[in-house]
Amino acid sequence: MALDPSVIGTEVPEARMLVERGRLRLFCKAIGETDPVYLDVDAARAAGHPDLPVPPTFLCSIQNERPDPLDWLPAIGVDPLRVLHGEQSCVYHAVAHARDELTVRGRLTDLTVKKNGHLELLTRESVVTDGEGNTVAELRDTVVVRHPEVVR
Amino acid sequence: MSLPLEAGDELTPLRVDPISRTALALFAGGSGDHNPVHIDSDAARAAGMDDVFAHGMLSMAYLGRLLTRQVPQERIRSLRVRFTAVTPVHASPVCTGRVVSVGEHDGELRASVELTVRLSDGTTTLVGDASIAVDRPAER
Repeated sequence: MALDPSVIGTEVPEARMLVERGRLRLFCKAIGETDPVYLDVDAARAAGHPDLPVPPTFLCSIQNERPDPLDWLPAIGVDPLRVLHGEQSCVYHAVAHARDELTVRGRLTDLTVKKNGHLELLTRESVVTDGEGNTVAELRDTVVVRHPEVVR
Repeated sequence: MSLPLEAGDELTPLRVDPISRTALALFAGGSGDHNPVHIDSDAARAAGMDDVFAHGMLSMAYLGRLLTRQVPQERIRSLRVRFTAVTPVHASPVCTGRVVSVGEHDGELRASVELTVRLSDGTTTLVGDASIAVDRPAER
């Protein structure tokens, strides 16, 4: 069933993360990052960072710091199993570091129907802020909602 | 640090080893994306896939590495991607970047870098771009 355009403007529950060094090292291990600046606090400080820097795309992970990070989809009538990640953009204002407490707040900002209703593109825009309320990054992600039941 | 990126410059390609199931499990933990279609082949089949497949954000993280090993992270102004195909388990992504232009934005000089991730069979899995703050010629 097609989404109601009134979902635009819906706020997604905020998520928070106290960034831990161990979690950053696990992320780096997973992505094959071996640069000591991202793994070793002394190397990070020697490079001018106050602590381990948060890799650029790790900021998107803050959105997952909730018991069910996809619960905003069923809340608007979307089955998470029908969703694919279509686009992701990150605009950076500052580099975050381990021990920062980051918060992400987002809302749905666009709904576009494609292929006569077989696909809908749902866009969420979010802002990541640090403990002082400064903007760290602006995130924008688009999910593709598949509607295989729609007959052309 | 001097950063003389110019139009036409190619970033050194980043070739990733075949993505193992272990890598997908580690990325699930590291990223907090626990969607079982990436780590549990039973769940992947139930969702209509042949097997588990990589998180799109894992490939985007490789593009992040492509950038941060050549430019200091604080120079990255933006990173944007479109996911164009699924990355199967055991695939070997290659990340490439090419500077398409250098111009003035918000009072600084920025290089616009076109990015792609391709698999060895030629499938393009991600396309995107990054904006990198570069030094003015006089500062080099």
